Amino acid sequence: MTVTATTVGLDTVVDAGDGALVTVPAGGRLRIVDLYGNQAVDTLFYDAHDIDNRYSAFDTIREQRAVFLTTGSRLLSTRLDELAVITDDTCGRHDTVGGACSQESNVIRYGESTRHQHACRQTFLRYGAQAGIGQRQLTHNINFFMNVPVTPDGGLTFEDGLSAPGKYVELTASRDLLVLISNCPQINNPCNGWNPTPIQLLGWW
Amino acid sequence: MSHTHELPAAAAWSAPVRAGRTVRLTALGDNANASVLIVGADRLDRLNIPDTLKSQMSARIKPGMVLMSDRGQALATVLDSTLDWHDCLTGALPGRLLLLELTKHGFGEADLHGCINFFSKVAVSDSASLEFVPGHATAGDSVTLRADQDLLIFISTTPHALSDLPGAGVAVQIETPEHTEDPELREEAQRALRLTRELIA
Repeated sequence: MTVTATTVGLDTVVDAGDGALVTVPAGGRLRIVDLYGNQAVDTLFYDAHDIDNRYSAFDTIREQRAVFLTTGSRLLSTRLDELAVITDDTCGRHDTVGGACSQESNVIRYGESTRHQHACRQTFLRYGAQAGIGQRQLTHNINFFMNVPVTPDGGLTFEDGLSAPGKYVELTASRDLLVLISNCPQINNPCNGWNPTPIQLLGWW
Repeated sequence: MSHTHELPAAAAWSAPVRAGRTVRLTALGDNANASVLIVGADRLDRLNIPDTLKSQMSARIKPGMVLMSDRGQALATVLDSTLDWHDCLTGALPGRLLLLELTKHGFGEADLHGCINFFSKVAVSDSASLEFVPGHATAGDSVTLRADQDLLIFISTTPHALSDLPGAGVAVQIETPEHTEDPELREEAQRALRLTRELIA
């Protein structure tokens, strides 16, 4: 589905495995609702007027000295511009280390039989194309509602989600944004509770 | 064949490296830092930190890991290192030096991707907050990578963004070894290597 922002805002459902490209004006609030719980929502942010000025996971982690994102987290760009702020979060924390599944990384992790399964990076490319977002413009993303613990000894695991039906995260745009979403179809690890489900997008602007 | 280049602190350099050659980085002083970006043989496929980490269940770079690309290829293997923790979660400061180096090869801002900060450690607490560990690397510490396909390697010796210590330079030695064996690798890492070797055979 393609979503166009209007003055009355936004209220739409994104099916499991589908994606969306949403334009959010500066000051607009975008809420992502985990309708059924335990769903990972892979998300990228771009300055709507210059897609090279895009979300940077590692700049965001470093500047705030925090691996996870939650209320108050500022989402920073590669130029250290603030793209958005998480202004409400009923889940508690969100991953930005785990990246997005791809056909190729599925083969590495789960074997050749998964090569032609649906994957997030393909969804990103499909919905991003209309804004000129291609392979080079895809970068390390946020996984809203996903639980990827990083341990003091430098380990990393995928765990069952902390989310539950109806939990949501809300972002306030600090500038005009393009928000590229892949509602993750991954079925080979617990990131979606082994059962990908729809999400709801609500917008006020 | 052997080539050594010494980068002073706060400098940047890039080099094409042929498949099979090794790249040895050696700290020329205490608190050295080498922020490294890698681009694969087709000049599009880049080092992908999340895929590298999650397929090997690690939040740090250490010996015995394969550095993987956006498209599931093995770019390089970490053969050995005197340090078992190289930071890869905190990126480099918006890198004018790295960006200039990218520009020399026809790349641009879109290619500033997640990097590895060799020789630096940023500790993760139980609550997942981060703290830079001073004194992690001392002069002489090293890490050796093997190129598993033709690569472009971009290196910046700008001190780590969370460090307030003066940095140090890094020596880069590129050579064709007579023979290198794979270190002990996870099944996922072996799969990435096998797929890459099949594809570039």
